Amino acid sequence: MGMTIAEKIIARAAGVPAVRAGEIHTVTLDYLMSNDGTTHLTIDMYNKLRNPRIADKSKLVWIVDHNVPCDSPKTAASQKKMRDFARDNGITFYEGEGVCHQIMCEKHVVPGQLIFGADSHTCAYGALGAFGTGVGCTDYLYGMVTGGSWVMVPETLRFNLTGKLADRVTARDLILTIIGMIGANGANYHAMEFVGDGMKNLTMSDRISICNLCVEAGAKTALMEVDDITLAYLEAHGGRKPAACFKSDDDAVFEKTFDIDLSSIVPVVAKPHFVDNLAPVDEVKGVKINEAFLGSCNNGRIEDLRLGASIIKGHKVADKVRFLVVPASQEVYRQALREGLLDIFMEAGAMIMNPNCSVCWGSCQGVIGAGEVLISTGTRNFKGRAGDKNSFVYLGSAATVAASAIAGEIVSPYTY
Amino acid sequence: MEQFTGKVWLLGDDIDTDIIIPTEYLALKTVKDMAPYGFSPLRPELAAQIKPGDIIVAGKNFGCGSSREQAPEVIKALGVRAVIARSYARIFFRNAINNGLLLIENDTLCNDVKEGDEITVNVGESIEYNGKTYPEAGGLVKAMQKLNGIIK
Repeated sequence: MGMTIAEKIIARAAGVPAVRAGEIHTVTLDYLMSNDGTTHLTIDMYNKLRNPRIADKSKLVWIVDHNVPCDSPKTAASQKKMRDFARDNGITFYEGEGVCHQIMCEKHVVPGQLIFGADSHTCAYGALGAFGTGVGCTDYLYGMVTGGSWVMVPETLRFNLTGKLADRVTARDLILTIIGMIGANGANYHAMEFVGDGMKNLTMSDRISICNLCVEAGAKTALMEVDDITLAYLEAHGGRKPAACFKSDDDAVFEKTFDIDLSSIVPVVAKPHFVDNLAPVDEVKGVKINEAFLGSCNNGRIEDLRLGASIIKGHKVADKVRFLVVPASQEVYRQALREGLLDIFMEAGAMIMNPNCSVCWGSCQGVIGAGEVLISTGTRNFKGRAGDKNSFVYLGSAATVAASAIAGEIVSPYTY
Repeated sequence: MEQFTGKVWLLGDDIDTDIIIPTEYLALKTVKDMAPYGFSPLRPELAAQIKPGDIIVAGKNFGCGSSREQAPEVIKALGVRAVIARSYARIFFRNAINNGLLLIENDTLCNDVKEGDEITVNVGESIEYNGKTYPEAGGLVKAMQKLNGIIK
């Protein structure tokens, strides 16, 4: 019986010839990523250990991205703790360079790796053929000290993609549609694997967007095969070489396979307060907004900024509406600068922020007040996620967000 | 076998980590400081009402969302003895185990029980409510036992 990509990566990390879904294995981790959301807690626990030690500091990557620049004395203290510890222990450290998952994709992750991240959207690394999964700080600490952990091998849900997305329909519309279809726990404990002829029509940006959001269906990880598009991305980003390129075997066991024609996907919006509370954008047309957000690990890449700029060019942001544009990394920011995209956004009246998690996680900048409505390319629309507990977040694509910023209300991306 | 009885607080489906402890309180110094804000987006009064030994009963996908370990820690700090839900999101599940918060899977109790009622938990075996016995659905230990052929 063959193996899935998820099974092959875990077998490699466990140093065994084969594993099966449902088994529990002890594995060696290739990377352990942590950000300023919880690293200070990990350090506190580390300092309480009787014999604190780091198994392999070259595997640790620490990234300050959740509160950048720092917004309060409390976060300043926790970030200082993280910064000092990283310096004293020789840990790879980034600050202000971008959202953690974007930095990991641009600079570190290679195909075949098994990676723990102290952040739920670590599943993004599947776009590069790596098994990324989110953990809390206790699991993180265990990996940091021992170099390994235990994992249960997940069953796989397979998504066979064919065709091509229509103009102004994005990968984000696709993954939101899938989450709406299978539900917020539709992939709980599972791997979601994306294959098929349609993959050749999806850029790395699209692929990261798809894999990144799979945790919103409960997935343990998301995985894609390595192809020429993946290899070209790795080459352009530091000439990185794969550790291993895996495909699922023909006789691998999948719990379920879904066939999706990309040309059938339409622009969608996830309504408050659940990511699977989905509607075609036309159904929520006319909902007044106070703020629009284009950014995040899900949708702050150069392709997203190009799409947003192409729509807002020559228009103005609606009166009394704030439009925040937050490139996902310095690389994206500088590319947008070179292409003149930031000029287009500023001419329209948008605010350009430094790369960080921003209002996607409801801290640091752009927080919304009671009764306010945000249309967002962020990852979540939970109650209170972007600020006041009585505020409302709608999730849409970069195209939908840009068009809505102009209109002052949620509109179809085809409006302008 | 360990047994305990507690008062029920009833919550719905998809109780996410931002509801359990909102982002704005994560910067507070200790979990004890955060605890009064537990569940505040959904029920601001709840944290003050929960007494040590109480039990949370909920629907599907409890703990979905972020990897913040403060979520199970806050529930524990409030004195909650156990959470009984139809299912759990996986990161929360691991975090709860790592922090010694008892999670029990049960598919039907949340449909039957009323808030304020008392239930009795026979750890690893069953839940008793209103004269009816509900078997535990599983959990990691059961899964391991099944995997190794110790139980069916």
